[in-house]
This record gives sequence, structure tokens and C-alpha cells, in this order.
Amino acid sequence: MRLKVNGRDHEVSPIREDTPLLWVLRDHLGLVGTKFGCGIAQCGACTVLLDGTPVYACQLPASALEGRDITTIEGLAGADGTLHPVQQAWIDHDVPQCGYCQAGQMLRAAALLAQNPSPSVDQVDAALAPSLCRCGTYNRIRSATLDAAAALASDATAGAAAVTGGDHA
Amino acid sequence: MRDSNRPLIGKLDRRSFLRLTGLAGGGLMLGVTAGCSENDPPPPAFTADGKPAFQPNAYIQISEDGIVIYAPSPEIGQGVKTSLPMIAAEELDAAWDDVTVVQAPIDPERFPRQVAGGSTSIPGLWMPMRQAGAVARDMLVSAAALRWEVDAGEVETRDSMAVHRPTGRTLSYRELASAAAQLPVPDPDDVPLQSPDQWTLIGKRIGGVDNRPLVTGAPLFGIDKQLPDMVHASFVKCPAAGGRVKSANLDVVKRQPGVIDAFVVEGTGVPTELLDGVAIIARDTWCAFKAREVLEVDWDESSAAADSWQAAQDRARELAGGNGPEEVVDKGNVEKALEAAATRVEGFYQYAFVSHAQLEPQNTTGWFHDGKLELWAPTQTPQSALELVARVLDLDPADVTIHQMRAGGGFGRRLMNDYVVEAAAIAMRVDGPVKLTWKREDDMAHDFYRAGGFHALRAGLDADGRVTAWDNHFISFTHDGEEPVRGGGHDGNIDPGPFVRNYRITQTLLPWQVPTGYWRAPGSNVIAFAHQGFLHELSTAAGRDHLAFMLELLGKSRWLDEGSQWALHTGRTAGVIRKAAEAAGWGRDLPEGHGLGLAFYFSHAGHVAEVAEVSVGPNRRVDVHRVTVAADVGPIVNLSGAENQVKGSVIDGLSAMLGQRVTFEAGRAQELNFHQYPLLRIPRAPEVDVHFIQSDYPPTGLGEPALPPLAPAVANAIFAATGERVRRMPLTAAGFS
Ligand code: FES
Ligand code: FES
Repeated sequence: MRLKVNGRDHEVSPIREDTPLLWVLRDHLGLVGTKFGCGIAQCGACTVLLDGTPVYACQLPASALEGRDITTIEGLAGADGTLHPVQQAWIDHDVPQCGYCQAGQMLRAAALLAQNPSPSVDQVDAALAPSLCRCGTYNRIRSATLDAAAALASDATAGAAAVTGGDHA
Repeated sequence: MRDSNRPLIGKLDRRSFLRLTGLAGGGLMLGVTAGCSENDPPPPAFTADGKPAFQPNAYIQISEDGIVIYAPSPEIGQGVKTSLPMIAAEELDAAWDDVTVVQAPIDPERFPRQVAGGSTSIPGLWMPMRQAGAVARDMLVSAAALRWEVDAGEVETRDSMAVHRPTGRTLSYRELASAAAQLPVPDPDDVPLQSPDQWTLIGKRIGGVDNRPLVTGAPLFGIDKQLPDMVHASFVKCPAAGGRVKSANLDVVKRQPGVIDAFVVEGTGVPTELLDGVAIIARDTWCAFKAREVLEVDWDESSAAADSWQAAQDRARELAGGNGPEEVVDKGNVEKALEAAATRVEGFYQYAFVSHAQLEPQNTTGWFHDGKLELWAPTQTPQSALELVARVLDLDPADVTIHQMRAGGGFGRRLMNDYVVEAAAIAMRVDGPVKLTWKREDDMAHDFYRAGGFHALRAGLDADGRVTAWDNHFISFTHDGEEPVRGGGHDGNIDPGPFVRNYRITQTLLPWQVPTGYWRAPGSNVIAFAHQGFLHELSTAAGRDHLAFMLELLGKSRWLDEGSQWALHTGRTAGVIRKAAEAAGWGRDLPEGHGLGLAFYFSHAGHVAEVAEVSVGPNRRVDVHRVTVAADVGPIVNLSGAENQVKGSVIDGLSAMLGQRVTFEAGRAQELNFHQYPLLRIPRAPEVDVHFIQSDYPPTGLGEPALPPLAPAVANAIFAATGERVRRMPLTAAGFS
């Protein structure tokens, strides 16, 4: 089958017909930025964007996704390596602790901002609720998402990477 | 600031180097670095690209390519891959942007302390990292002085370079590296360290060194390991810990799509080592997982756990009225003081077992080749993992290599290396590299749980509302009939023990077989709930303000154990309590239905006070609006990372308190995934307001001490908001939502 991931076509032949996208990405395409956490649509670690909408990659058989646009964390930055404003804000706010959940968190934040450029705190919370963070980085996820929104709004392409760790919400 | 995970130089071998070069003594330098005439130059070192490098100790390497600082300890989200190198960079006077941090290899000879546990990384490595930086700096200064033919006293350092003060000439560390490599290494104890007022890096907000790879999805974690021709393994153990495999339908499993092999692994029967199970080897993870659905194992459960949480609770309740058969501590005369008390208060506190639920499931990749075993493991204790693997599999430790991988959370679970041994045992029987991945259900069924427990508390107050007696019948568990289970003991004379004249803790240990372990701030994370909650019951019974009550209890400012910085200091305690109360607006008018709760705890040498603002809405839904924290752990190394640890601890504490419990029937965990074991989601995460009191005591760790005060602060706030006393965790078990 052909899968379009991060703008590139990949020919893959998973062994089992029912193989979820998660394991095709991780074990067959070597795109391990998409994480396994629960396998039952509870943790959001496996979040990818399907035609721009966040989905649980652990739940979708890859075979059903031919022709769809799949974005993983590896594809969030520009082709030239320019970080997406969400990624930049994550660095600026020093969001990650262990970092394991953050791919899913950032993809959800990016999808939210694509559709709602100036979300309220409650809207951020609602959009990111499916993604668990065991380390408790939620305060900074909030403030980084709001900052990324501001950066997008001012059309500023992600400022210098020096500042870290400011907290507010 | 660049980071890389490049491989490292070979082993340092000082003697052969000296034979080779005849440089021993290096007497030339004598006048430059004081008192080191007997010292040798460092052994030769090379960068990953084979260029000569200046490497005066295990932690620092400088070459014409730049400055590398080795991060010795496992990174599990606590930030030590950033904070420990910062300490060395400070003394080195290196510009942080010039530093490349490299995760150190596992090598007990070079790095005596490679462990992430007990909030010990900062206190344990504070001095070694400082001295490593200071020694390197000292030698670079000497090299510059020689080059310029000036007195070393005229040379100062900043931003990765030496500066000749009188003339303003500069030489970068890169330029000086090869000359410094020829100089004798001074005794670290002879090299002066900077004073706190000279610090330019320590105390700043520095982003994690792995942030860029993390936000771009680079493979950093154990579970991300990939090797050519790697296959995948799943391992099925008896749902009741300790069950042994009698037989299994391996032939059926082997016929499943993608399955390469299936075999029984015989364990040692010890949960921290290797338990019996069936390994399924497949071409991808999904095939390995799916093949489990047809696996049928006949388990011999004759020596397996058969515990019931319900039965344990029933038994504890029966026993609660009396005292335990063992005295943990007995001071003064509790019975007499209780009799004489003007007011007596009783409360029965209980909490369930919980799982660690770190988000990255257990995994390890193993490859047995050329008679040697290589392992890629996310573990908190890589050095003991190596020894354990060698011992259980009967290998020479010299033939086992463990590569440190970033861990997607630890929280104490990865102090145990059972999954590393499993992967090793499997790798020994697989041709080529194999990655073992646990399902979440494996993780929750085979944890080393935080033990549940019970505290039957009684206390007496005198007519002035002062605590005169405190009695705790602590009911916990034991595997062997003698010692409490791992993480299930009571630390004896802890808060408020030292402040109460008549104080007793007795203990009953119920038989229990399911493995338990250390969960973030072990012991403290539950005892704080019982003791600090009950203390609030006492101030309430006395009709006193809790803040004033707590401060009065402490008495005058002093160390409880004079001379030990690991002891509680009442002045530091009062300091954080006052600070948290003030910052939270203790005593202010609150919105209708809101309450404030205050609690303090001392754990892992950290003094932390917290105030929670809480309301309880329809369906008894507990809303925690804000948590204000004041912590005194001495100077803060990385302000950004430190705040993360405090915020994380508060969210973690609340998450566990609200709805987490693992119950057991017939020795089997009943909650196996996140639909049954809720982790806090972002909409319910309170804002956490963090304040540090940066006293000048040597710094102590921060991964754990901010967790224990959270639960009692919330419980006390629920009482303030509703008048209902909370004596049970999780809150859902007490009818809250
Ligand atoms: S792994 Fe897909 S939601 Fe958890
Ligand atoms: S940063 Fe560790 S799970 Fe979110």
C-alpha cells in the first residue's frame, strides 16, 4: 500500500492487514517520533494529523489511510528545518520534562491553531485534553500554545531560541 | 548550546600514557598551579573524531572542536542532563552556548554515580561537577599564563576564554586545550571554587539540552531504538505475580502472521530479577502483540501472589482500634497524655496501591553478538542493571554493555530492572537485535506498586489547644513476616514527631505478596497525607488558625539534627510555610465555596510548603484552582528545570490523589490501562505558583519533595470549603469525582 506521510509517498507492506498506523510508522517507516502509550485511545501519545485533524494512530488501520495526508511530528517543521511556531514556543517555554508525550501535545496544539488562531485557555484545554502528560507539563503547554498563537498572529516566524522557561497562563 | 550523542573516547589509562610520554611530574608548571608538584598530566584523550583533546577528568573534554561536558546520570525527565553540566560549566567559566552535552557511557570506573533516584543527583554530584569544572579552568589558566609568560594571577576567565587582565589579550579554551593537556592535574581539593556571587549560569533559566531533538521527534527514548534487521518481542507473564509456566501452546503462536519464534523463558522466581513467561518474537510489534491473543498458558500458581485488596482493607479496619504489635517509635507516655488531654481526636486514614504509569512503557533492546551482550535501556539505575543482567544470565559483566537511553518518565519504577533482564534473556536466544516492548497492560499488571496503607491516628490537645499526644497505629504489608514491603515502611520519628512530647507509632504488617516499590517520594507521599491532614484536624478541634498552629509547633529556629544538612531545620520550615501562606493570600476573602488548605512536608532534605485553593462542585467534583508552593532546597541550579519539577510534582500528586488506585483480587491487578486508571488531563490541571527560598545551604534534590504536601493541602482545603474531612485516597474512593 501507499501511505503519504509528511508529504512523501511511502510504499509499505505491513504483515497484518489490521496493523495500526502507529506500528507502520514506528516499525516499518522508522518514524519513531509517534509514541506508543496505551494502545486504546486513552493517552494521545500516538497522535498524528490526518488531513490536518488529530487522530490516534494506535486506532486506525494503516490500510484504510491510502491517499490521506498524514503528518507526524517529524513533519511539523518546514522542509528547511524551520520550526513550526508551536515547536519554537515549546523550546522557548522549556515545556518538556521527560518529553514522551510532547509530540502528541504539539500536533494537537498545531491543529488547534490552524483552525482557531486565537484560542482561549479553555479552548486550549479542550483541544489538548486527549493527550496525557504523566510529568505534569500542563501549565507550560498552556502558555506555550498561547504564545505560539500570538507568534502566528503577528506573523512572526518563531523568534530566537534563547529564552526559556517563562511561566504564565 | 549544541548537543550530541556521539560516542566517546576510549578508557583512560594513566599509567601507560606516562610510560609513553615520560611526562610524569610535569614539574615545569609548579609555580603556576599551587602545590601540585606530585601531580601528573591527564592521560591522552581524543574526541569522537580522533582529535587530541584536553580531558582533565571524566566530565570535561576540550579540543579545537569545542567544549564537551558529559552528563553522567540517566535523564528521566528530571532535567539532570542539563543541570549537572551547568554546574561544571559554571566553574569552568564556559559560555553555555559553547558547551555540547554528551550523555556519558555507563562506566562505574569513570563515573562513580550513575543513578537517578532519591532526589540525589544534585546533592551527590554538586561537588564533583564543580571540582571538575574548576580543575579544568585552573589548568587552562596555567596554560594561558605560560603562553603569555605572565603570572597566572593576572589571568582571568570568562565566556570560554582566558583573559590577560593587564593587556586585555585573550585566548579561547579551544586554543589552549592542547597546551593545558600537557599540564599536571591539580588536586581538586586545592583548587578554589567560585563563590555564589560570582555565578553567572547557576540560577538562570536554561532550556533542556534535548529540547530541539524532542520537539522534532528525534529518536531519543529507549523505545525508539532501531537497529538493522531488528525484530520485536512481547513477553507474557502470569497475571498473578510469580506464577510459573507449566505449558503453553507455542506451536499455535508460532503459526501466527509475522511470528518468528515463541519460547518459554524460565525465571528465577524473584520479581526484581526475572519471572517466568512466554516470549513471542515477531517481525513487528503489532504481530507480537496480536499473537498473544491466541496464546494459552497453563500457569502453575502454587507460589504466585493471591492477595486481595478488599480483604486487606477489611482486616485493617478490624485492627484499627488497637495498637500494632511492633513499636516503631515510642516517646514519653502517650496513653497517659491521651487520658489527661482536654480534647481527644481520632481519624482513620487510608490510601490504595498505585502504579507508576510512566508514559513510555517498559522496553529494552538487546543484541547478543560476538559473545557479548549489548543493551539499550531506559533505566534509572544502569550500573546495577548491568550487574543484575550479568548475574542472572551468568555472564561476565565485562561482556555486557548498557547504553543509556532517555526514559519517558521514571518516578521510581525504573529503579527496578526486571524488564532489562527480560530483554537480555530474550536477546540471548534470538539471532540478531531484538526490541522488547511491554504493552500498557503488562506495565500495570507487573509494576512495583506503591503500597497502600492505613493509619489509625489518635491525638490529644491541652486546654490551650497544644498537641500533647500523638498515636499512630500504622498498618502496612510484609513479604517475609518481618520487614515492611519495599516503600511501605514508616520512617518513625518524622513530622510532627519531633514536636510532640508524647509520640508513638506502632505497626502491624499484613502478609502480602504482590511486589511493591518506590514511587516518587516513597513513604513521604502517603504519610504526609495522613499526618498533615490529621494535624489540620487538631488545629480545627482546637479552634486555631492552621498557619499559626503549625508555626507554633515548630518552636525556635534550629536543626533537628545539629550538623546534618539532611535534617529538618525548623527555621527553613517556618520560612517556606510563611512564604507559601503569604503568596497564596492566606486569610483573604475567598469566592463562595472555595477553601484554602495548607500543608508542609520535609522529604529528601527538601523543605516544601503548599497551599491549595479548592472548591467542590456538583457531583462532588473537586476543582483545584491554584496551588502555591514555597520550597527551600538551597540554591537553585536551573530555575526553569526546577520550576518544572515542582509543577510536575504538584500535578502528579493531584493526579494520584484524585482517582488512581490499583486493586488486587487473586493476586491480579484489576486496573490495567488508563481507562481504569485516570491520569489528570489538562482541563483539570491547576496553575502552580512556585516560589523558591534560595538559602545558602548546599543544594538538595527537587525531583520528589514537592509531591508529598500536595495531598494534605488539597484535603485540608476540601475541609475548609465544605466542612467534610477527607481521610481516604483516591478521592473517588471517598465519593468525590
Ligand atoms: S497509544 Fe494511542 S492513544 Fe495511547
Ligand atoms: S513530559 Fe513526560 S509525559 Fe509529558
